[in-house]
Amino acid sequence: MWGAVLLASAGCYALKLAGMSLPQRVLAEDRVRRIGALLPVALLSALVATGTFATGQDLTVDARAAGLAVAAVAVLLRAPFLVVIVAASGATALVRVVS
Amino acid sequence: MRDAAGIGVATGAYALSFGAIAQAAGFSVAQACVLSLAMFTGASQFALVGVVGTGGAASAGVATAVLLGTRNALYGVRLSPLLQRRGLARLGAAHLVIDESTAMATVREDPRAGRLGFWATGLAVFVCWNLGTVVGAAGASALADPRSLGLDAAAPAAFLALVAPRLRHRETAIVAAVAAVVATAATPFVATGVPVLLAALVAVAAGLRGAARSR
Repeated sequence: MWGAVLLASAGCYALKLAGMSLPQRVLAEDRVRRIGALLPVALLSALVATGTFATGQDLTVDARAAGLAVAAVAVLLRAPFLVVIVAASGATALVRVVS
Repeated sequence: MRDAAGIGVATGAYALSFGAIAQAAGFSVAQACVLSLAMFTGASQFALVGVVGTGGAASAGVATAVLLGTRNALYGVRLSPLLQRRGLARLGAAHLVIDESTAMATVREDPRAGRLGFWATGLAVFVCWNLGTVVGAAGASALADPRSLGLDAAAPAAFLALVAPRLRHRETAIVAAVAAVVATAATPFVATGVPVLLAALVAVAAGLRGAARSR
């Protein structure tokens, strides 16, 4: 796992430095800008879906789905980040205890 | 300055949950701390431990983390003319390029206030983010079974909280929905961790299409 930790860290730093160093016109290009803005949205929402419903290659609806539902309500109520996390974890743990 | 401190404290709370989630995903306290020190970009850190936590290959986790890090490169476009740094100072400034420092630097009209906002926010977040990570990871490592506390549901909740502010426009909401469907549908058929990377193609396709249309 150390390899992944160091490689990903190096990659992320290289991107930050590239943004500060590359000629402006490359990164300010319309296509680059649009894809750059949409990438986090697509990746994060895919991570929400797989983190909730995937266990390896199996799809399941388990206690995590309850956690996500509670998290969604907390986000809609504009709860602080930590409250969202604690509420989701708590709901998941509660469902596991009950079922 | 007060804003910078406030943002720092708030991100310290994020970092608590990052430390705990990293633990639950099988990362050591030291690995969580090195990620916060060296990677220092929240969404990418959550992504790496999130992918590995659901059983994905480390390589898929690395790819997802780096793809999420591309937005920091785009922040540089706006920051570089503002900061005007060369040499070592630029190497240091680059490390502090994150969502929060960029936001605080670019909302100011006056370039001097913008520069102050960048450095104050970047440094405050760096300190609090790393302190929070240590506390969160060490705290969670004291637990026998993180799953019994529902910590495996904390990662998707964190991603939801991170993506929610970006969903105000119709186009981004559609991209988010399609990406989630693509990743879920692909899960049984490709190696774990790859579905998230396939979802990145949704962003590329939507970006190219939108750019072509606006021409």
